Amino acid sequence: MNDRPFIVVGLIVFVAFVTTPIWHGAASRNVALAAPEFKLPAHEKQCVAPVAYMRASHMQLLDDWREDVVDGQKRQYVAWNGKVYDKSLTRTCLGCHGSQKEFCERCHNYNGVADLNCWQCHNDVPPAPRNTP
Amino acid sequence: MKITRKHFLQLSGASLIAMVARKLVRSTAVARASVSSAKAARWGMAIDLQKCRQKDGCNRCIQACHAAHNVPQFADPAHEVKWVWKQPFQDVFPFAQTQYTRDVFAAAPVLLMCNHCDDPPCQDVCPVGATWRRDDGVVMMDWHRCIGCRYCMAACPYGSRSFNWQDPRPAISAINPDFPTRTKGVVEKCNFCEERLARKLGPLCVDACQEKALTFGDLEQADSEIRTLLRSRFSVQRKPELGTGPSVYYLI
Repeated sequence: MNDRPFIVVGLIVFVAFVTTPIWHGAASRNVALAAPEFKLPAHEKQCVAPVAYMRASHMQLLDDWREDVVDGQKRQYVAWNGKVYDKSLTRTCLGCHGSQKEFCERCHNYNGVADLNCWQCHNDVPPAPRNTP
Repeated sequence: MKITRKHFLQLSGASLIAMVARKLVRSTAVARASVSSAKAARWGMAIDLQKCRQKDGCNRCIQACHAAHNVPQFADPAHEVKWVWKQPFQDVFPFAQTQYTRDVFAAAPVLLMCNHCDDPPCQDVCPVGATWRRDDGVVMMDWHRCIGCRYCMAACPYGSRSFNWQDPRPAISAINPDFPTRTKGVVEKCNFCEERLARKLGPLCVDACQEKALTFGDLEQADSEIRTLLRSRFSVQRKPELGTGPSVYYLI
């Protein structure tokens, strides 16, 4: 029973130490990570799918597009609003968003989802629009 | 529950009918599938060697292909990447060689590309399914899936496949933004311009040839230009004895 003060003090020190990040965060509240900034496409108001879907599932959409083009030879994407797009990362996605450095990479870096493998092969510069389908 | 004799006979009859109906449905479905695959085109190429050797040192087809498909040009021959290329006649057709063919073909190497085989050995050996024969005869590659094991290069009897030993991008003089490059550790080869076929255009090498030495068309269609040509001229395939069934024919 004589050790009770030591144990209590030790516990307090331990709890204070473990919760350091919380205290530290509370003390320096003014350090807020700025959200990544994007330039929205000038000539286009609507993406190939609603923004909420694109935010959550663009990777699934791109994976499906890839399978369709390489394996299934289905190259046209009919959006939910009936608009038809080319299933092309460089042509369609970057055609609006410009450059992956200013779009994909910013959000991926912000979210700590680095290592985008797409651009080792796919071109970061959108080609000129073509007339033939 | 007790099964009566009547009930048992009814059940047996119903099962028999169900079984026969299932077989019927299956067989009609299979018949329908085979009809549609017979209708599918089979792309092929005929290369007229007489026309091809008219202009000495002409490489327009090769240049057009390699520029459009972002094929890297490495100085070191050990790192060479090629989709369309030329090789001496005696190496390509050793059986057709005589002392006189040497005179004719000495300065006229033969144009080569992926043969887009009917039964491609590269497809059989690929452990990840990164290469396969499409219904229209194009032997396709998925560069996303290629793991760079190079089994396909060992299996291909025609040397049609190249490996990227290093990053190809610095070795491409002007990148065509409309076609992806490859990356280090990936195999590549001629794709019969499938990206153009999808837009109902023929291969670039055919368009680039001013002598009209290359003819592209549907081998399954009896009245196509290529079939007419193959009927009227003597043609050979490369290594037909291997049973791969090349889709590229040479008009000697």
